[in-house]
Amino acid sequence: MNTNFATRIRVALSDPSLRANFRGAMDFLQAKRRTAFSNEDEWTALQRQGKAIRQQTLHQLPELLEQLEHNCLQNGINVHWAEDAEEARQIFLTIAQEENAKKVVKGKSMATEEIGLNAFLEEHEIECIESDMGEYIVQLAEETPSHIIMPAIHKNQAQIAELFQDKLHEECDANNVDQLIGIGRKVLRQKFKHADIGVSGVNFAIADSGTLCLVENEGNGRLSTTAPKAHIALMGIEKVIPNLSCLPTLQSLLTRSATGQHITTYLNLITSPRKQDEHDGPLKVHLILLDNGRSRIAQDEALHTTLACIRCGACMNHCPVYTRIGGHAYGSTYPGPIGQILTPQLNGMDEAGELLDACSLNGACGEACPVGIELPELMRELRQRKHHSKHTTYTEHIIWRVWKRIHRHPKLYYAATRTLSRLGLSRTIFPKAWRQTRHTPMPAKQSLHQQLKARKQRP
Amino acid sequence: MDAIKLLELAGYEVVFPQAQTCCGQPAYNSGFKDLSLDVIRHTINTFSQHSLPLIVPSASCAGMIKHHYQHALKKESALPNDDTDAKNAAELAERTFELIDFLLDKLPYHRLKKRPSMRVCLHQSCSAQREMKVAASWEKILIRMPHIDVLKPQYADECCGFGGTFAVKSPDVSAVMTEDKCRAILNTQAEYIVSGDCGCLMNLSGHLEHRIEHQEEPIKPMHLASFIAQQFELSDEH
Repeated sequence: MNTNFATRIRVALSDPSLRANFRGAMDFLQAKRRTAFSNEDEWTALQRQGKAIRQQTLHQLPELLEQLEHNCLQNGINVHWAEDAEEARQIFLTIAQEENAKKVVKGKSMATEEIGLNAFLEEHEIECIESDMGEYIVQLAEETPSHIIMPAIHKNQAQIAELFQDKLHEECDANNVDQLIGIGRKVLRQKFKHADIGVSGVNFAIADSGTLCLVENEGNGRLSTTAPKAHIALMGIEKVIPNLSCLPTLQSLLTRSATGQHITTYLNLITSPRKQDEHDGPLKVHLILLDNGRSRIAQDEALHTTLACIRCGACMNHCPVYTRIGGHAYGSTYPGPIGQILTPQLNGMDEAGELLDACSLNGACGEACPVGIELPELMRELRQRKHHSKHTTYTEHIIWRVWKRIHRHPKLYYAATRTLSRLGLSRTIFPKAWRQTRHTPMPAKQSLHQQLKARKQRP
Repeated sequence: MDAIKLLELAGYEVVFPQAQTCCGQPAYNSGFKDLSLDVIRHTINTFSQHSLPLIVPSASCAGMIKHHYQHALKKESALPNDDTDAKNAAELAERTFELIDFLLDKLPYHRLKKRPSMRVCLHQSCSAQREMKVAASWEKILIRMPHIDVLKPQYADECCGFGGTFAVKSPDVSAVMTEDKCRAILNTQAEYIVSGDCGCLMNLSGHLEHRIEHQEEPIKPMHLASFIAQQFELSDEH
């Protein structure tokens, strides 16, 4: 990103159609989720269960990953470990070369966004087509997802119709969603037919059976993982869960939090490649376990709960900042509150420290999180790290030093508030950023301390 | 001052330690926990001279003392195994209350005089809703006053855009959030906008005054305590 976050925020805020698209979509998603969790007691109990499962998983992460690897191998799934994005990309390339692949279809996966898979494969002259409708739209528009669940949520029907007309040369009726989707599907059907490799993400990987779970609504995940002769699944190492009995809780929390659905349209459980007596399914299944900074986070006592995330998007749907600026402004693979927490940990403070500023700590994200991640707490912790790693300005240091001195010494505080009151000097302590859109408060003629001192002395 | 008058109306004698300053939240939330710790310890000491209930007239400050002090002081002791700090914080948290929630069942509502009806818009701050869980009490206390018509803005549970240093560090998005909130408040056509959180109130009143030229009948921002004190006709001393 060659612009800073503040600039990108300004650009986003000045786009009325983007703001309307997001506000409308987030209102809709919030309402859907509210209906799905209308029973407060059930929600609380389910959230508690979800949190417990994810916390337990993180405590046993190394063991569970070994167990997952062992069981996948037993099932005939090839397992690869990728330390970072580059290694993951190379594994993809090696497999593609082995398969002599020229065409790849991909189901929705944020991990593949994280490693920049599409651009990489393209560089190696391998076509990689997104098969999720939202992702396909984003790919056609040469953009990146603006939401982790609804990648094209920043676009409205008219914009999509225009895009299809422009890129697919089809007559589109902007008011007919079914027709628009139909046009996209027609293209994608052909892609499924001719793809050499299907790529997917993983929502949950069950350690004790070596099963990959894929939650989706369009059936494109199922097609991507069954039609081509090879399937490559990429997962962040934190997506492992101990056993099948954890799945109902987590998948119910996931779909209800994400889209307000009680159950997903397709739940794919992939446990092996095609067996000898079977007529379909991929001949080979590969699982790539992506670390890319995650094992470091897992060992960080104060921040490891970041990895409990099941990528439902509820935190961004409920974030008043995301609702206004949308996903692209963050400039990171993962936008919204979880992105603001995760990105500085994955990419470092130099690159992503600025994301930490755009949070009012209102707590709506933490309240909506289905696995009880205390996002505001993590935000505070990361702001401390930012300060300690010298990513805050010198001016800010001075301001807080003065602040501390005044508030640590009651006499100084008394004198300071008395002076401000007497002189009506509130403007001096409110920076320009505040004054541009707000009046500064007028202090009372006497500070409260003065008033109460006087009151006490009265007979 | 109105908070003190209300507590006295409810029959309490109020002790105001002159040594009190700030709860430490601004620096703590901005990543300068190291500097806030001195202020936090100072606040704990100041209010540990008595073991009286600590009444805080702003939900976010109350939330800081009740919920964040213990977390902030965990593992901050110079000595290993010394948890005095954390224990003191826990003890203070135990007796910390948000003002309006504390007063709800203690005010002499029967003494309220008959008055013409009033449209009042309530801003239920994020701290009141999510940390202190007292937003319901704010609404209830207004409902107990028969002449008041309690209104809520659209997106009532959404942040007003203040967020302490957020308003300065991310001024553009903060300003948009504040504008949206103020528009929703004005749409209720209330005469007053009240809240029990000083930060939100400063933000909202600052912006409402800024756009005052666009309003025919300006809405009056007021702290809930001052508003309630006004209903009980408590004299204005200052």
